[in-house]
Amino acid sequence: MRKIACSLLLTLLYFNTVIAQTIEVTGKVTDAKDGSGLSGVSVVDKNGKALTTTLPDGSFTLKVPEKTSTLVFSYVGYKTAAATIINGVANIGLNTGENQLAEVVVVGFGTKIKRDLTGSIAKVGAKELNNTPATSFESAIQGRAAGVLVSQQNGKLGQGINIRIRGSASVTAGNEPLYVIDGIPLQNSNLSSNGAATNSLADINTNDIESIEILKDASAAAIYGSRASNGVILITTKRGKAGKSKIEFGYFTGTQKPTGKVDFMNAQEYVEYERMAAANAYRLDPSFDYVTFNENRLRRYSAGNDDFETAKVNTDWQEQSFQKAPLSQYDLNFSGGSDKTTFYMGGQYLDQTGIVIANSLKRYSARLNLDHKVRDWLSMGINMSFARTLNKRISNDNDFSTPLQMVALSPITPLIDPRTGLTSGALDLNTGNPNTNYPVYYNPMLSVENASYTTTVNRTIGNIYASANITKGLTFRSEFGMDQLNQNEDRYSGRLTVRDEEVANGSGFNSTDQILNINTNNFLRYVTSLGDDHDVDVVAGTSFQKWKILSNSASAEEFPSDAYKKLGAGASKTDASSSASDWALLSYFARANYKYKNKYLLSLSGRYDGSSRFGANNRYGFFPAVSAGWIISDESFLQDSKWIDFLKLKASYGLTGNSEIGNYASIGLYGPNAYGGLGGQTPVQLPNPDLKWESTSSFDVGVEASIFSKRVTIEVDYYQRQTKDLLLSVNIPSTTGFLSKLQNIGKLENKGIEFTISTENIISRDFRWSTSINFAANKNKITDLGGQQIGTLNRAQEGEALGVFYAKEFAGADPENGDALFVKNTLKSDGTKDRSTTNDVNEAEDVRIGNPNPDFIYGMRNTFTYKGIDLDVLLQGVYGNDIFNGAGQFMSASGSNGYDNQTRDQLAAWKNPGDITMVPEARLFFANGTDNSSRYISGGSYLRVKAVTLGYNLSPKILSRVGMDRARIYVRAQNLFTITKYKGWDPEVNSDAYADNLTQGFDFYAAPQLKTIVFGINIGL
Amino acid sequence: MKNNIFSIGFLTITILLFSCSKELDTKPFDNIDQQNALNTSSDVEGLLVGAYGDLGADDLYGGGIFVTADLLADYNEISWSGTYQGMTQINNKAIAVDNAFTEGTWTDAYKTINDVNNVLGALSIVAEAKRDRVEGEAKFIRGSVYFDLVRVFAKAWNDGNPTANDGVPIKLTPTKDLGGAADQLPRDKVAAVYTQVIKDLTEAEALLPSSNGFFATNYAAAAMLARVYLQQGNYAAARDAADRVIASGNYKLTQANIDGIIEEFLYTRAKAVDNTTEDIFAIQVTTTSGINNFQTFYSENGRGDIGIRDEHYALFEPDDLRLNLINADAYSAKFDNVYGNVHIIRLAEMYLIRAEANSRLGTAVGADPADDVNILRNRAGLASLPTVTLDDILKERKIELSFEGFNLHDIKRLGVSIGYFTGGGGLDFDAPELIFPIPKRDIIVNPNLTQNEGY
Repeated sequence: MRKIACSLLLTLLYFNTVIAQTIEVTGKVTDAKDGSGLSGVSVVDKNGKALTTTLPDGSFTLKVPEKTSTLVFSYVGYKTAAATIINGVANIGLNTGENQLAEVVVVGFGTKIKRDLTGSIAKVGAKELNNTPATSFESAIQGRAAGVLVSQQNGKLGQGINIRIRGSASVTAGNEPLYVIDGIPLQNSNLSSNGAATNSLADINTNDIESIEILKDASAAAIYGSRASNGVILITTKRGKAGKSKIEFGYFTGTQKPTGKVDFMNAQEYVEYERMAAANAYRLDPSFDYVTFNENRLRRYSAGNDDFETAKVNTDWQEQSFQKAPLSQYDLNFSGGSDKTTFYMGGQYLDQTGIVIANSLKRYSARLNLDHKVRDWLSMGINMSFARTLNKRISNDNDFSTPLQMVALSPITPLIDPRTGLTSGALDLNTGNPNTNYPVYYNPMLSVENASYTTTVNRTIGNIYASANITKGLTFRSEFGMDQLNQNEDRYSGRLTVRDEEVANGSGFNSTDQILNINTNNFLRYVTSLGDDHDVDVVAGTSFQKWKILSNSASAEEFPSDAYKKLGAGASKTDASSSASDWALLSYFARANYKYKNKYLLSLSGRYDGSSRFGANNRYGFFPAVSAGWIISDESFLQDSKWIDFLKLKASYGLTGNSEIGNYASIGLYGPNAYGGLGGQTPVQLPNPDLKWESTSSFDVGVEASIFSKRVTIEVDYYQRQTKDLLLSVNIPSTTGFLSKLQNIGKLENKGIEFTISTENIISRDFRWSTSINFAANKNKITDLGGQQIGTLNRAQEGEALGVFYAKEFAGADPENGDALFVKNTLKSDGTKDRSTTNDVNEAEDVRIGNPNPDFIYGMRNTFTYKGIDLDVLLQGVYGNDIFNGAGQFMSASGSNGYDNQTRDQLAAWKNPGDITMVPEARLFFANGTDNSSRYISGGSYLRVKAVTLGYNLSPKILSRVGMDRARIYVRAQNLFTITKYKGWDPEVNSDAYADNLTQGFDFYAAPQLKTIVFGINIGL
Repeated sequence: MKNNIFSIGFLTITILLFSCSKELDTKPFDNIDQQNALNTSSDVEGLLVGAYGDLGADDLYGGGIFVTADLLADYNEISWSGTYQGMTQINNKAIAVDNAFTEGTWTDAYKTINDVNNVLGALSIVAEAKRDRVEGEAKFIRGSVYFDLVRVFAKAWNDGNPTANDGVPIKLTPTKDLGGAADQLPRDKVAAVYTQVIKDLTEAEALLPSSNGFFATNYAAAAMLARVYLQQGNYAAARDAADRVIASGNYKLTQANIDGIIEEFLYTRAKAVDNTTEDIFAIQVTTTSGINNFQTFYSENGRGDIGIRDEHYALFEPDDLRLNLINADAYSAKFDNVYGNVHIIRLAEMYLIRAEANSRLGTAVGADPADDVNILRNRAGLASLPTVTLDDILKERKIELSFEGFNLHDIKRLGVSIGYFTGGGGLDFDAPELIFPIPKRDIIVNPNLTQNEGY
């Protein structure tokens, strides 16, 4: 490889002194392994400018300046290589694999060669994405890109995944990146009506994706202007290649399990514990006979009999909330084409059962990508995908009916009530109605059996484009795209759910949402070389986007029987509404890249955005960026270096915006407020005509290097991102009649480093081992909130990272008497904190007890190939974050907050004077230490064996006999193994009922993640 | 050819973009610009309807403010087994300054006050024929809300000097935009708040008609005034106001049905119902709007968080039909209908106020105190008492109005401890724990706001 680089360099130097005269060159590009001709390979010149592509048999003919000695060949999935022209002939065999520097990277409104990048862009390719046994593609990038924190809220299917690129840049506005698929910004709204967000990116088939580029710094992202502060994720789908048409079939099937379980008390422990709690309560408050009360309650929860005395019934409710969870996925793709027309057609069926009972997802998707050369100067194409997703959902984490809340039920409660022979809680023989006080809470199993909640999404994403070559180097491209989403939610809760729904005779709900998101991009691109030293690449254009939603919903009660589930049968229509909302964005953008002597790089970009969301006084904003790179390894003093193959320094600075707030936020509003069947209105929002963008200025400096014969590639970036004019929902005195007003107040910053090291450890004829490690540390700090503090437990507070946990500092049980103790932490007159303890929670000050933001995140991928066998192991982890168990006050409460079953660690409760323990004395209903405190915080660091794939590629010789080109079988495991100190279900958690910008690392009966093992096969014809 | 196509394309796009810039002027669909909100008489009347909606919010007259008061004043009559931390704090008389329920009461109240201030600020738009009624209703709401605010967030009228004790901030003007420092209102004194309450309610009584659907009437205002005067110990004024309501003949006690359930509290499964003949003012709950938070916390059909203890049963005579309003599992059955209206003032209270005031003053305005008590006893299936003492009246009041949010305020005006009716003991009426904290969120954004003692 060094030779090639060197000859390339020589060529370039040679070019500088030569006056062009053309000669004809012919040649053939083949696969180095099997010698077959490769079709559609790009033949490029020194600047990466495409000259031609190879014909179906791999051959090409072109004219180049007379003295040209080398041509460069690049092809997806193969290492880019250069061939020397000898007597007008240049033949080359390409090796599979990626040559990272020559890799083509998708950028906003164009592509670039990685070598020439001055911005910070992470790329994840089809190889990493393919066959990921997860609902949504974001799961596939977890741990694979430095500085990209991917975390799934919980293990329910098709639900929220949070992505933070280089930290959170906003307190109130959105923190999710902008997604752009084939040039069209995707709409990513949550349309769920059950309080737990759905993930509209789950409508995209991961196997259709060719690459995902993550634009991290301002230089890369500023061309997306007002929506780029949180980074931009560009998704590029697969396209066909001229040559032999390919048929690919893929299938995998396997099972999923929860990644973790929590240890709860068994029946005997529970009874003993509650008795102890009652006795202690009676000792402290003899005015009430807690002991008798407790015995009665235990009998009640033991289905009214005395089985609890002997622990005859010992129900593991946690087991009941999980189910066997198979999943299968079928893929069938066709691709190919001629030199004029290429196509890619993909179809997929995903059938996934959730690990939580009653949860499942089915997705059918199809895609057609078509490109056609109308004339030699005009090409057109269409990308179109359709997906239908059926998600059988369960309630949010904070609902009595969500299956995981079964863990709160008593282990002495039988699954089936022996008095009725029905599910516990189903029927009270005295009244004939569902039980209202047995079991201790509503039994979620009643919802599993008697309720349904289905979300159906039909999603069409597509665009058409035309690209015209106007004059040499100047092209005009026009794109028109749409992203249309229709969602229906249909829920019915039968009679037996009355204790949860509070409706006796069935209740139904139905809603429909229609979103139309249209976008058009029109831009010119001009690529030219001025003399031999100057290369220019300019893009300029406009873009317009409009988004609109129409929704309606209705609900009804009083159904004749549970056999009727549609609203027509409900005698009482309890609600009906329709609503609409829209926004629009008009933009002008430009970018100029300049390259001098192929080693000095400069890029300028800017975008001028006008958004409907902002106040009349501040509707337009300008977002410029500048970046520069210096390829030092091309300087004379490094050219002879024995170990440095490539070295680039780069720096960028720019401004990006954030407009992810609700629509109409700048207008003073009145809203409907009905009363007693009469229409009414009240003020709902104060006006703010000055409302404008939140803006982030980012600075990035980085080094890219390739050393030791390109065996080691290193990328290091340091960045600072300063966000100002935060779109902050600012608390105001409530005596005004309002709680808050959205204002541009406040600042925050993110600083961090990222590095990626890729090494080729062993390269031999049969065995190959390569490693890639990525690491990112980000420090988030809110520097100005206009003096206010937002949130109570998870807070936004000046001087702290977004979402830090504030609560009392728990000091364990008082060794004297078992009272929960808290450190006062009040400020003494000498300015120090009073570290003495108190049993009065109100005497203690809230202090910072943890931080949900990790100190650093990392990933490590090892790939091994030996002949036809390959092994790919991805480790992924986060370090230094904390998790607060919001359900601790119920499940780990020293039995002092009602009859919830307790985690087994509560057995360590204080019992006798002198006991030193962190678990206060058990006291029925005394709430002994159940207030929010550091009692419920724990470290959330984890290291996960995220993905392991072991595959075997059948040898082409055997396959050719049965008419196949490729065949591969594999076993793949996802979330195979997790190392963590977190005692909850899983450390990758944020309760779907609470998750927002501020509430992070908050566990609340959140379903654990999925541990998946699949067996798969891919066949290519 | 190529250049032509390009020119046409470029032109088209330029034209397209010109029209696009207009697209940035989007207008809301679900809400309306406040500039278009109050143009006509019916707009303002709609705002008044909305103000009732806000009055009926969770932590205000949706019932929350009364449930929390009952929990705070309980000594040994109920057992709290709910899991809302905020409610647990209130039950334990250890309220955190960021308690969601007490904060909710404060913020719901001031939202409602801003609604009616907007109504009062737009009275000139209201059709003349309706103007008095609209003004009267707005003032009824404002007076009632300030009364309930000052009762829970400040020292009792009879606790020290009301002209020196901090009450709550009085705001009488609508908020159209932020006013900076002007929004940072200090607390007015307790006496000043009571003066405003009485002024609003007195004006409301004069302005309102005697029949007004389920909206406030002159008698609702009089009834609320009776409650206010009683709280101040102004028995003559309380008696006279209560008498005006009773004497009107507009309201009638409901009776027990064949199952011995007093119909005021009859549960006919989840269903929106009309006010009863006994309701002087009730918050309307329908299947689509409103909430009955008494139902949420007390009813076994709701969360069933509040169980009833033996000490409460002991207050009753054995044959009292009102025992039927406690179910077999020891939950109150007064609020079993999830769509039942929230009874704010019912006629029974007026009889009790008149009886107590007459008894204290040695008068018999309207009726002899014994008659007023007996009319309630008879309805509950109990025999008449020949004469009644003040204690008899207070006990009758305790039983009749149990779990309806009266405990805390009666304890305070009587100057007794919270265990007064069930054996004595517990916190005294002037204990700082029996006053809600001023919400932390407001203390932070308003430096002029002082916190209550003990927080």
